[in-house]
Amino acid sequence: MADTMAAEATTHSPHAEEHHTSTGISNEKLAMWVFLGSECLLFGGLLSVYMFNKGRIGPTDVGPNDVFDIPFTSVSSFVLLMSSLTMVFAVSAIARGNLRGNRIWLAATAALGAIFVAGQVYEFTAFYSEGLGFTTNLFGSAFYSLTGFHGAHVTIGIIMLMTLFVMSLRGNLPQQRAETVEIIGLYWHFVDIVWIVIFTIVYLFPQ
Amino acid sequence: MTVTDGAITAPEETLALPAGPVIANRPLGVFTRPQGNEGWKSWLFTVDHKRIGVMYGAAAMFFFLVGGAEALFIRLQLATPDGSVIGAGTYNGVFTMHGVTMIFLVAMPMAAAFANYLLPLQIGARDVAFPRLNAFSFWCFLAGGLLLTSSMLIGGWFQNVPDGGWFNYAPNSGVLFSPHKGIDFYAVGLQITGIASLVSSINLIVTVLNMRTKGMSLFRMPVLTWMLLITQFLLLFAIPVITVALFLLMFDRLWDANFFNVAAGADPLLWQHLFWIFGHPEVYILVLPAFGIVSEIIPTFSRKPLFGYHFMVASGIAIGFMGWGVWAHHMFTSGIGPLAVAAFSVSTMFIAVPTGVKILNWLGTMYGGRLRFTTPMLYAVGVVSMFTIGGLSGVTHSIAPSDTQQTDTYYIVAHFHYVIFGGIILGLFGGLHFWWPKIFGYMLDEGWGKAAFWVILIGFNFTFGPMHILGLQGMSRRIATYRADEGFAFWNMVATIGAFVIAIGVAMLLWNIYKSTRDWRRAGRPDVGPDPWDARALEWMTASPTPEHNFDSEIEVEGLDEFWHRKYGKDETGRVVRAAPTSEVAHDGSNTKVHLPSPSYWPIVLGGGILLVGYGLIYNLWLAAAGVVLLVASIYGWILEPPDDPEAAGHDEDGHDDGDGHGDADSNGDSAEAEEEAATVG
Repeated sequence: MADTMAAEATTHSPHAEEHHTSTGISNEKLAMWVFLGSECLLFGGLLSVYMFNKGRIGPTDVGPNDVFDIPFTSVSSFVLLMSSLTMVFAVSAIARGNLRGNRIWLAATAALGAIFVAGQVYEFTAFYSEGLGFTTNLFGSAFYSLTGFHGAHVTIGIIMLMTLFVMSLRGNLPQQRAETVEIIGLYWHFVDIVWIVIFTIVYLFPQ
Repeated sequence: MTVTDGAITAPEETLALPAGPVIANRPLGVFTRPQGNEGWKSWLFTVDHKRIGVMYGAAAMFFFLVGGAEALFIRLQLATPDGSVIGAGTYNGVFTMHGVTMIFLVAMPMAAAFANYLLPLQIGARDVAFPRLNAFSFWCFLAGGLLLTSSMLIGGWFQNVPDGGWFNYAPNSGVLFSPHKGIDFYAVGLQITGIASLVSSINLIVTVLNMRTKGMSLFRMPVLTWMLLITQFLLLFAIPVITVALFLLMFDRLWDANFFNVAAGADPLLWQHLFWIFGHPEVYILVLPAFGIVSEIIPTFSRKPLFGYHFMVASGIAIGFMGWGVWAHHMFTSGIGPLAVAAFSVSTMFIAVPTGVKILNWLGTMYGGRLRFTTPMLYAVGVVSMFTIGGLSGVTHSIAPSDTQQTDTYYIVAHFHYVIFGGIILGLFGGLHFWWPKIFGYMLDEGWGKAAFWVILIGFNFTFGPMHILGLQGMSRRIATYRADEGFAFWNMVATIGAFVIAIGVAMLLWNIYKSTRDWRRAGRPDVGPDPWDARALEWMTASPTPEHNFDSEIEVEGLDEFWHRKYGKDETGRVVRAAPTSEVAHDGSNTKVHLPSPSYWPIVLGGGILLVGYGLIYNLWLAAAGVVLLVASIYGWILEPPDDPEAAGHDEDGHDDGDGHGDADSNGDSAEAEEEAATVG
């Protein structure tokens, strides 16, 4: 064990130093995993609240079937899922030392995320004009809360990606810090996976 | 790997300042780090887990006095029939704030104090995984606590105070029934303390999993460390649930959402489910740290290893899992249906088993031991006996038909005070006396300590014992008055007298702290030594008070109770004999070459930003916007500040500062890399 550690330290020395933890996972990455575990319960709670409340509307109220545009949301979901792919490319690029590639893919990921958020803004606007406000009924409150929380997570992810992008431009994101990109990537993939669950349960389940 | 490791093997190298222009580490004045370890700055900007622990403890004691004063007002109001000391409206606010304060601002932070101070020491680490986040947890908690407490003063005495009980059931919490801002303070204040707990739980989980010293496998960790780890996992998963519930409540109250609007078809039972899915694990979040403390005290003063260590840990883990499956026993009379009632009734009976295992193991540890009844030991034995009473009355609640009779009576109040005061507060006070010499370097007076214990214990039983009787007589909770002909007067008067006896006991405890400190100063601050109790775990293996760098060198652990086994061995006949004097085994704190993380401005600034957002949500969204600006600015300040200040003495080069962990750049003397450290994310 000690030998392999030493060997690792000589091969890529500055980076190996930080892995001398009891689990072998760096503190930062472990913290992100632990945090995402907590986030599961946050979205689990919000999804439960949505499922509990979506049917609690009067017969003449605006409901899911009146507003959902499944083809549109499918496209924006596809865009978000593609951003996971570009995120993988970004992590892979910096791991190989391709800093320019890393920047390109970081920007692409942020852009795809932004398209998704823009789609969500459009969708919210459209729903509102069709009579579904946050305060209209229980379905409205629950729907906007759930998808709004997810949108806020995507937005925070975009801000983090843009910060990484600017850091990289300023030369503050060298190959040795590939793990920082990887950790932000963990967050980004998590947010995408949550959207798969939300999209399935909110849009695709029969109402 | 720890910093101490690096300091021992290559102290010169780690001491070296980064090569190249030092200015590269200080891009802007605002991104430098505070310096110096003296005066008020050393507290406001500290990232030292020990100072943060002390601040948690001090804040918790302050809130304990606030919550205690509220309790005395409750008892004064109820002392006689048709009480008129405080009106019914104020009474609602007082009992709500008493519950909220004691649970969220006393029991939790006092446990956090021990967690912060002791966790790194018990696993032989130099600090927690993320020192700055640790500081932020404290300031964020304090912001939430001050916001909640300020509700008693803002807009007039008890005019805007939360008054829906600590459980705050819907729809009573809606604007329709609670038009003043009290419930907003509740929602926002608890949200903020929740952020603090969540951040702290992530930090401490990573610390325990990742920063154990050499040889410290999971099953060589002290039971306190185990219980605190389980507590952090419970927090990690329970806090987001209350976060959701509080958001829904906030959306309803501030922006007219419909989650608990019965007129719009909402089912207010949703709040009860969300609240208790959080609320029951919360009970174990409160009690497990006290169990851990008792598990440290009893073996020390029985001079025996803990009986059934593995069972003790396993029962803690079992409580951690089963704690999630019992929440609806708080809702037996809410109309959740016979099947759910039966299921939760059975699961509640089951969770008594691991708790019983713990009681048995404590008794097994004491059995045949050479007992020393010091103040901490008295408190620990107090926990074992008082918690058993509370646990037994708890089992009676698991039988749903019986619970139906007891719900909302003083029997419930008696039960949970035996658990929370008799189990948790006594345990925390025991820990206070036990670790005081470690934290401050002198003993608390044993005579006053024991006297205060007995007064508190007697007062406690006179206060809450009679409530069993009152409850069975049918006296309701949360009622501001009762009539003389209901027959409740006698035991209520007894309970009120008991409450003031507790207050005298607490005053004696505080006097003891004051007197012991004064005597110690007058005697020229004599050294208490690293190990005044002849204890077992690693925190006693370094000087008292703990030096800033904890241990002089990395400890290699070979078994459970490592420190004990270094002090004692067995002779040929199997008798325990002293192997080495403590002074040889323990570190004297003389290694000043260990590098420490630099203090930081940003944790307290970020906490201030959150406080502004909190008041802003309640009063004016522009204030909230200003808070958000401060919040974002401090996050970027946090990211951009250098991992340590090149001009400060004794700082951590090894990147155990949160967000970076790449501090090796300095020792490489690579100025380009050192510059990268100036901008970090995470």
